[in-house]
Amino acid sequence: MMRLVVMAVLLGAAAPVSIELPGEFVPFADIKGGPSADTINANCLSCHSAEMVLNQPHLSRIEWQGEVTKMRSVYKAPVAASDDAAIVDWLVAMQAKRSDITAP
Amino acid sequence: MIARRHLLAATAAGLAAPAWGQKSVDLGLPFGPATRPLTTGFPGKGAMILQRTTPPLLETPLAVFDGPILTPNHRHYVRWHWPFPTEIDAAAFRLKISGSVEKSLSLSLADLRALPHFDITAVNQCSGNSRGVVTPRVAGAQWGHGAMANARWTGVRLKDVLDRAGVRPGAVAVRFSGLDAPPVEDAPDFMKSLSVDHARDGEVMLAWAMNGEPLPILNGFPLRLVVPGWFSTYWVKMLDSIEVIDKPDDNYWMAKAYLVPANPTATVAPGTASFPRVPITAMPPRSFVTSIADGATAKWQPKLPIGGIAFGGDCGVKSVEVSGDGGKTWTPARLGPDAGPYSFRRFDAVVPATRGKAVLMARCTNTKGLTQPMTANWNPGGYARNVVEAVTVTLA
Repeated sequence: MMRLVVMAVLLGAAAPVSIELPGEFVPFADIKGGPSADTINANCLSCHSAEMVLNQPHLSRIEWQGEVTKMRSVYKAPVAASDDAAIVDWLVAMQAKRSDITAP
Repeated sequence: MIARRHLLAATAAGLAAPAWGQKSVDLGLPFGPATRPLTTGFPGKGAMILQRTTPPLLETPLAVFDGPILTPNHRHYVRWHWPFPTEIDAAAFRLKISGSVEKSLSLSLADLRALPHFDITAVNQCSGNSRGVVTPRVAGAQWGHGAMANARWTGVRLKDVLDRAGVRPGAVAVRFSGLDAPPVEDAPDFMKSLSVDHARDGEVMLAWAMNGEPLPILNGFPLRLVVPGWFSTYWVKMLDSIEVIDKPDDNYWMAKAYLVPANPTATVAPGTASFPRVPITAMPPRSFVTSIADGATAKWQPKLPIGGIAFGGDCGVKSVEVSGDGGKTWTPARLGPDAGPYSFRRFDAVVPATRGKAVLMARCTNTKGLTQPMTANWNPGGYARNVVEAVTVTLA
């Protein structure tokens, strides 16, 4: 049966194949008593959701700025340089708040 | 674009879990954050470790590898750099072969199917698999050991397709690109290349099926490159363009990304920033204990069974040894059926065990004579890890 399906798909007899991905971008969250996530959400979510950023090793402010710069210069993210400070502030504050980020 | 319920759910920094991330799983990483949601929210996929929703990074739970050596399609890991189409019309799909060839081609899937088929079983492993355990830590996707899977691939030889187009003398590389595309202008489209000789070795495959079924969209439907023995970065998904080029490929993904130190073990002293780099290529041998999870408590027995999977990398598995005492003594393991040199291979052994904490290890030697090292390599990309991994358990 599966072989027939494979044949049908490959010979073009089947309708287009489609899937629906989980649609919404998982956002960055405001930090209680700290920076708002508005700027990082406005700039970063159009290309990727938040999770992988949240799981990074501890990075210094300079290293986080390096990540933002890489997104702009290498991956052409349309991030205005004037937004860098708010984005980096959020990233640094996010890691400072987390007790589960361990060295080294 | 952002659903309000998500914003409401995401109350504390770093704790944003999507509504469909059902429960979390502890990857057992030596460093935090070590937990990830386990999700069943992706079509065609079973429970997967969620590393990123968009573009998807889905990791295979290690326990899956304790099952059949062919990883089921619905548990095969997923990794995308850029957005990709979620609807594909297989009838309209064309693979273009262009560049330094006698005759450019535009082939339908039916055209490809008319060529001689073959099957090959091969491990598909991300260059950064296990990056989450690299010490000192490095930035990048913080994978556990599940950015890999093993499948039986069906397709045609790249060589046969290239020969139909006729590679011109003087061509040096063959470049591959898929239907995934950057969401912003001028960002580097994902492209990888192989030397002409490698592309024509008769093993590199244009695959349309995985374990006898069409590729899932998330794994590259309708066609992907399979480069047996090499890291997955070359296994271009949704492959729709093959370009023969007459000078070395200087595109970003070959010249700037996926580079490793230019030495056989891809290693430099931690913190070294400046050193000669080359594109990552073939995989080294690895092995994983899968019968007992790291951190688990198991019933003590004087003779402890240990099983798992090994692969030789770019050649077969010669032998696997197992230790129940953190590497002080080693016992040869019995190897399971041989599904070819590029496949996972099951191993099983019984080791003497004492009550209390025990550190279990497996160590693979491949048919080229390369043995997994006891000391980990390190490079700033967190690539090509293949140290002997330790699994710490309590036997009570």
